Amino acid sequence: MFASIISYGLAVGAVYALIGITYNVMFSASRVFSFTAGMLGMLGGVLGALFIKDWGINAVLGFVAVLACGAVLGLVTEILTVRPVLKNIEQHLYVLSTLAFALMIQQVTAIEYGTEAYPFPVLIPIDANSILAIVDQKFWLPVLACIVTIVGLEFLYRRTLIGRAFLAIAEDSYAARALGLPETRLRMASYALAGVIGTLAGFTGAQMLLAFIGNQPILNFYGFVPVALGGMGSNRGAVIGGLALGLFQQAANFLVGGIFAAVAVFAVFIVVLLLRPEGLAGASAARRV
Amino acid sequence: MTDTTASTPARAGATSWLGKLEGKISWILLGLAGLALPLLDDSYIGVIAQRACIYWVLSAGLNLVVGYAGQIAIGWVSMLTLGAYTTAALAAGRVGAEWNPYLALAAGGVMGAIFGVIVGLPALRLRTFYFAMTTLGFATIVTQVALAWKDVTGGGVGTPGPTFPWPFEPGWGFYYFCFILAAVATWMTANIGSSRYGRALVAIRDAEVAAEASGIAKPKLLIMVFLLAGALGGVAGGLFASLQSYITPDAFTFEMSVLFFIAILIGGRGSILGPVLGTIILTALPEFAAPLVQWSTFLYAVLLLAIVLLVPGGIADLLDFKNRRPLTQHREIVPRTELLKRALDKTDGKHSIVLKDIALHFGGVRAIDGLDLEIRSGEVHGLIGPNGSGKTTTLNVISGYYRPKTGTMKLDGADMPFDQPHARASYRIARTFQTPRIVGAASVLENVMIGGTVHGQATFTEAMLSLPRNRRDEKLLRQAAMQALATVGLESLADVRADRLQHSELRFIEIARALMLRPAFLMLDEPAAGLSTEEIKRLGALIKAISREGTGVLLVEHHADLIFDICDRVTVLNLGKELAAGTPAEIRAHREVVSAYLGA
Repeated sequence: MFASIISYGLAVGAVYALIGITYNVMFSASRVFSFTAGMLGMLGGVLGALFIKDWGINAVLGFVAVLACGAVLGLVTEILTVRPVLKNIEQHLYVLSTLAFALMIQQVTAIEYGTEAYPFPVLIPIDANSILAIVDQKFWLPVLACIVTIVGLEFLYRRTLIGRAFLAIAEDSYAARALGLPETRLRMASYALAGVIGTLAGFTGAQMLLAFIGNQPILNFYGFVPVALGGMGSNRGAVIGGLALGLFQQAANFLVGGIFAAVAVFAVFIVVLLLRPEGLAGASAARRV
Repeated sequence: MTDTTASTPARAGATSWLGKLEGKISWILLGLAGLALPLLDDSYIGVIAQRACIYWVLSAGLNLVVGYAGQIAIGWVSMLTLGAYTTAALAAGRVGAEWNPYLALAAGGVMGAIFGVIVGLPALRLRTFYFAMTTLGFATIVTQVALAWKDVTGGGVGTPGPTFPWPFEPGWGFYYFCFILAAVATWMTANIGSSRYGRALVAIRDAEVAAEASGIAKPKLLIMVFLLAGALGGVAGGLFASLQSYITPDAFTFEMSVLFFIAILIGGRGSILGPVLGTIILTALPEFAAPLVQWSTFLYAVLLLAIVLLVPGGIADLLDFKNRRPLTQHREIVPRTELLKRALDKTDGKHSIVLKDIALHFGGVRAIDGLDLEIRSGEVHGLIGPNGSGKTTTLNVISGYYRPKTGTMKLDGADMPFDQPHARASYRIARTFQTPRIVGAASVLENVMIGGTVHGQATFTEAMLSLPRNRRDEKLLRQAAMQALATVGLESLADVRADRLQHSELRFIEIARALMLRPAFLMLDEPAAGLSTEEIKRLGALIKAISREGTGVLLVEHHADLIFDICDRVTVLNLGKELAAGTPAEIRAHREVVSAYLGA
């Protein structure tokens, strides 16, 4: 039982962490929390199952195609739902515009693909005797995806010019624009990147979570919890929070049952928001008057 | 100009009988249609009407949360779920003995109220996305619990809904039950909307800082609203369970929330009638266009996106013809200082605010660095200095937005707490802002009335039921606001939407709003910025007259002429410290001030 708590918990936690990073990447570029994060996670699974299982596309090509769809959806999100409302960001209309877009996609998926949970194909043929088979791939795939994403983002942000430009926008978009950085193009790139990360989370987690439309609200919420707890914009907080959330949830699931787990997570979420609105690791907000 | 001044006060003061009827005619028609519906004798239409009424019971409360307070509660369907399961489980005897269905329905309302507040808690400190996410998360969790808690909810199999006995038995009896509850919900929320609580909610939505300065305590008010909205959601849930006759977790999809939400947004924020119509239309539409049913949520989402991007104000804005009429060009603001005697209490005796050794840092920046300052009643105290010298920061310390690191602040010798900006109104300390903080969507009169919120006596419940005390409050506030507007010379614009005014007029509206407190102290943050020379002169006369009525005025300004014209004493700040203090004549002769700041 202990082993399944750990493996299942870390795997689910890695998916939550990746969705949290998806939120963060979009937030850093635009100060916008987008409801499309959970949608991307859901689509990663659904599109993967559709391409590979239903259409019989090769797993690698299917994987690339899913991520490409994620990138395109990220761009559409930026152009259609974020850019038009950025001018009056203090009205927070992005909450509604991104929610509306996410719902549209969800409904189309429901009608065209179905509302049942469908199994996701095994991606990597592994010999049962091999070392890799000690832990099922459905558990280590999301963890691997999470590690690759963090290392990749770290490299992008610290070592490349475009990554530094991302950071500059996140720090102070006004000053960054004054420096001549192409803010709009960088924002679009960030949203495309978020699309890739979000679908990656869904794709690698789908052997466990299935290709299921109901994953959208669940990932939306449980992916946001680590961000809220770890401080918005902090990827480190999202990863630590995501893994902790996954482990806690599975432990509670096994030991005391699912109702308690759901209620406990919600209670912790509200209490932390009340006591430390800026997150456990975040800095407090700026002046108001 | 002249004819508008003459006619408008009469119009705003006493609405004619015909005008009142005109405002109510749509309600009367709606009510008659609702009462007469059973005459059609079509049970299919009856079911749709029941559903519309039930949805509206929930939306009525949600309208206060979303439309008025601007809190984005996207998952309010959870209250419907809670109410439905509570009512159904109690009535079916799944918890203890079988309850009377009416009692079970009331219990559903109580349950909704409790969880409405719990879900709303994060909104008291945080706005927008966090709160939206909390409501979404709660909706997800309630469904999960409903699935897992089989003893009470029946899990995925579900549980039968309650059947109400006489007089509201299934059929048209139940329809009348829903209709009556919808009407009561409308009446209650409309009462709140038009009371000072409704104005306070809108102020929190559009001008939160100004709301606090007017003494509006956001947490207290929001808790009341969440309580009411949760209770209405719970009651709607109980009715919904009865309508469905059998409930499973599938019945409460997140998409239902979207319907409630869009109904409110289509109708327009801060309106009651608009969202009612929105709910009726959205409930009925898919029923009459069967092929649409499958796509209805998709269409709602498209509609939501279209509204947000194209008409954020909703239909109410599109239909607001009154505010399309052009305003008079070349308006002049002519304050009537002789009216001040009635607007302010002539303060007897001397009052003072004394700041001692105040220091405040922002990170490494010393915004204020050991400042002493005394503001006395009956005097205009000027606070000048270059940009970044700490003028506005000082003002923000006094009005409670910043907590200084060291120092004391005393009002008439007694310690005044730092923080708590909303508590300043009870000390009768009023202020204006560097950029006017006005509720653009509200009328000028309503904006000014917000300033008098703390003078109201009626409780939230009294306002909800429109009891005599609330009506008296309204009358007094309206009179006082008209008087304050007349004092600053803007009474002709009382009925105009505030966002149609020009900048200088907004500055005078802020002063009128501040006067509503009958302030012992008035703090003005660059009131002359953006005004013409003529307007500055009139502003100066007004400020001077206010101080002569006994109010202590703290004036932060850059216009040296205005300062030296009307101030009794002047403090010059530089880098958060006092550079000089004294009478205008002394300051004008002060060598350092002249070289550092005044020039010449």
